[in-house]
Amino acid sequence: MPSATLLGQALISGVLAGGMYGLLALGLSLSWGLLRLVNLSHFALAFLAAYLTYELGTTYHVAPWWAAAMIVPVMFLIGLAQHWLFDRFKVNELASLLITFSFAVILEVAIQLYWTADYRRFETHYSTMSIKVGGFYIPVLELVLCMVAGLLAWGTWLWLRKTYVGKALRAAAEDADIAAAYGVDHKKLAYLLSGMGAAYAAIAGTFIALIATLAPTQIWAWLGVVFAVVIIGRLGNPLGALLAGMLIGASESIAMAVFEPAWAPVVSFSVLIAILLWDPEWL
Amino acid sequence: MAVNAARDLPKAAAAAAIVALAFLPMAKMPAFYESFIYLIFFWVSLSTSWALLSGFAGYFSLGHAAFFGVGVYTTAALTTKFGVPFLITVPIAAALAALLAAGIGAVVFRLRRLRGELFALLTLAVTFVIATIILNTPIDGGGGVFMSAVPLPDLMPTQTGTIYILGFAMCVLTIATAWWVAHARLGLGLFAIHDDEDVAEAKGVPTFRYKIAAFALSAGIAGAVGGIHAMYVGFITVAGTFELTVGLYVVLMSVLGGARHWLGPAIGATAITALLYAFISGGEAIMGRAIVGLILIAAILWLPDGVIPAIQAWLKRRRAAPVATRAEVVPVVPTTAPQISERSILQVRGVTKRFGGLQALAGVDLDVHEGEIFGLVGPNGSGKTTLINVISGFYPLTSGAITLDGAEIGRDPAHEIARRGVARTYQIPRPFANMTVLDNVALCATFGGPRRSKAEMRDEALHWIGFTGLGGKEEVLPAGLNLHERKFLELARALAARPKLLLLDEVLSGLNPAEIDNAIRLVRAIRAQGATIVFVEHLMRAVVELSDRVAVLNEGKLFALGKPREVMRDPRVVSIYLGKAYAA
Repeated sequence: MPSATLLGQALISGVLAGGMYGLLALGLSLSWGLLRLVNLSHFALAFLAAYLTYELGTTYHVAPWWAAAMIVPVMFLIGLAQHWLFDRFKVNELASLLITFSFAVILEVAIQLYWTADYRRFETHYSTMSIKVGGFYIPVLELVLCMVAGLLAWGTWLWLRKTYVGKALRAAAEDADIAAAYGVDHKKLAYLLSGMGAAYAAIAGTFIALIATLAPTQIWAWLGVVFAVVIIGRLGNPLGALLAGMLIGASESIAMAVFEPAWAPVVSFSVLIAILLWDPEWL
Repeated sequence: MAVNAARDLPKAAAAAAIVALAFLPMAKMPAFYESFIYLIFFWVSLSTSWALLSGFAGYFSLGHAAFFGVGVYTTAALTTKFGVPFLITVPIAAALAALLAAGIGAVVFRLRRLRGELFALLTLAVTFVIATIILNTPIDGGGGVFMSAVPLPDLMPTQTGTIYILGFAMCVLTIATAWWVAHARLGLGLFAIHDDEDVAEAKGVPTFRYKIAAFALSAGIAGAVGGIHAMYVGFITVAGTFELTVGLYVVLMSVLGGARHWLGPAIGATAITALLYAFISGGEAIMGRAIVGLILIAAILWLPDGVIPAIQAWLKRRRAAPVATRAEVVPVVPTTAPQISERSILQVRGVTKRFGGLQALAGVDLDVHEGEIFGLVGPNGSGKTTLINVISGFYPLTSGAITLDGAEIGRDPAHEIARRGVARTYQIPRPFANMTVLDNVALCATFGGPRRSKAEMRDEALHWIGFTGLGGKEEVLPAGLNLHERKFLELARALAARPKLLLLDEVLSGLNPAEIDNAIRLVRAIRAQGATIVFVEHLMRAVVELSDRVAVLNEGKLFALGKPREVMRDPRVVSIYLGKAYAA
């Protein structure tokens, strides 16, 4: 059994790492829960954003936040374009899964053709910065990521709960036809939501560029975990997605400290399977 | 003769192709070609086996790689660690994979709310768990498994030839299985589950058992394919075996070809494998992936049902010859008074049904006599439809007892109740959307009634289609019917099961006066055939005209019972319908 300090450190790193799961899960959860579209290309878009941040940073020396400011609007437009296709062909849930998988493959190929299959690392001085609180090290970058993810999740949650547009979206997710009969312009809102989803992918991508090592195949690395997070956090619930991400991140990290790192993948899926079988009311 | 020749030609061509492919390794062509054709067999088997559950029943699995991988590692572990002869390991691999699927199915298919996409992700999760377990235990241990020392039986002159012939045998076996399932009871039930699982269960399809059977069969084939593939690969790694793309490729191949058709996945798999191969051999493997992606997007957008169904629909339009109609007019009702015995066929005792805090039925007692038409009325929310749902087994009882013909049925699953002779219709018609009118009715005859041959089922179905006045619409899909016709399709489906007890849920609502007269005649004709009828209705004219006795439900309790005219004049009954002011 590892020491309490090690476990504490594992817990902190886990929760912070889980912020990334939550951030990636945010956009997916919105489109799946509220638009009934399962968007596998979310990960590819995030990696495209990561590569763009890397390119802007290394070649043109653009600071990551300026890069994000440029990439986010572009991604928003890509989200709109994607939704136009779904809307035009009245794509259902399973077809959306297959189509976005194909998108992801195409994006993966495009990334590989331009940036090659080599591993890339965007070295910045932020990546090693950390603060020390009571004997535990907290990496600054991950802390910022968690704060950004928290703000986005909280803001989105408030937006869905409190504003007319948010309520209209939730009504349309329950029953689009009835909502339309009450004057909800479901189609326009769906475009907005798709654009937002892609924009969230772009924000996640910027952080991926700073934190992770980039390779085209890494697009698929988080797919399983993040989907587990989306389901555990409840479809369409932004705060749930973030909390589930941190829960999974923490349990993985503790499992790695207690058992062996290689067993980590079992954790998230065991939690997912257990929750699905338990089948609680809130799921 | 010409017709026969045209029909036999594909069969002869298929037989010739099978023989030719089986003897191909004798030709001693370069091993390279054998490997390529083996890969086609491999993907055809894998995607066809996937479709057995996921295509036919609509439960998309993204975890086919898990079962395939269990097969790969079963063969790998047994041959290298225990020295078991390779050919013996293949059936063991199949059995283990099937067992795993049956176990998963037994747990997840019990979840009533299990939606399709949750099942998809659950199977994906299982893949990751199994991959991690194999990676971290001595089965693999992280270093991979070399198969080079494992002896291959000398089935063919060369090693690749032997693997080729095994892959070929597996491929033929898989397609034959898919054909058999598609034409058997199992397949019919699976297609019904795909369209509307609740209705399938109510019509007598043992949905839970069928889903597990299909899942186990699908996984078992994948396991056997994996066992053979272990020899082909030679060096086995967890990353290579449980690759995400395996699970996704089988989905894409099946969807491209047509996942609901037994041959669809084979067509899709051949096309995609050949396409990928063309790019790999041209040194453009990466571009090939992108182009396959583009083709798939296009295929899913423009051919959502797949290539084979699209071709079938096109052929059907081309020879749109009208089907021979067998329009039978609604039969004349015998003028003699119907025989109603005092024996009760249905007994409801103290039945309660609670949804959370809502008490929908609060202790209902009823006796329905054999041969009578029993009307069930009451204001909205009084529990009429809930009672129908409880009797037919759609909702489990909270407490109480229901007996049919003396046998307790209150705790039976819906398909058992259907087989015991209870049929129902739905207030809003719920036909199986992808089946023709004829198939819709034939399915209910097959699963609800006594076991008979296929031809007899067809005749039975045609009889009831004619009886309900739907003659000439046999080959139409439900989407092509108007509301009136759909309501009558509901009746035809219920009747085809030859029920002892028929539960009709608002068959008249939404019909115009002429159609209502027609429907009333029909209900009388049904009773004349010997069925007992319980019907829920709001239209008082019909209730008074048709029913022998009427029960009034209010707030989940039996409020009044008796002859229709007397009950309807009862001031208490009038007051619950219209308020106290009208009761006087």
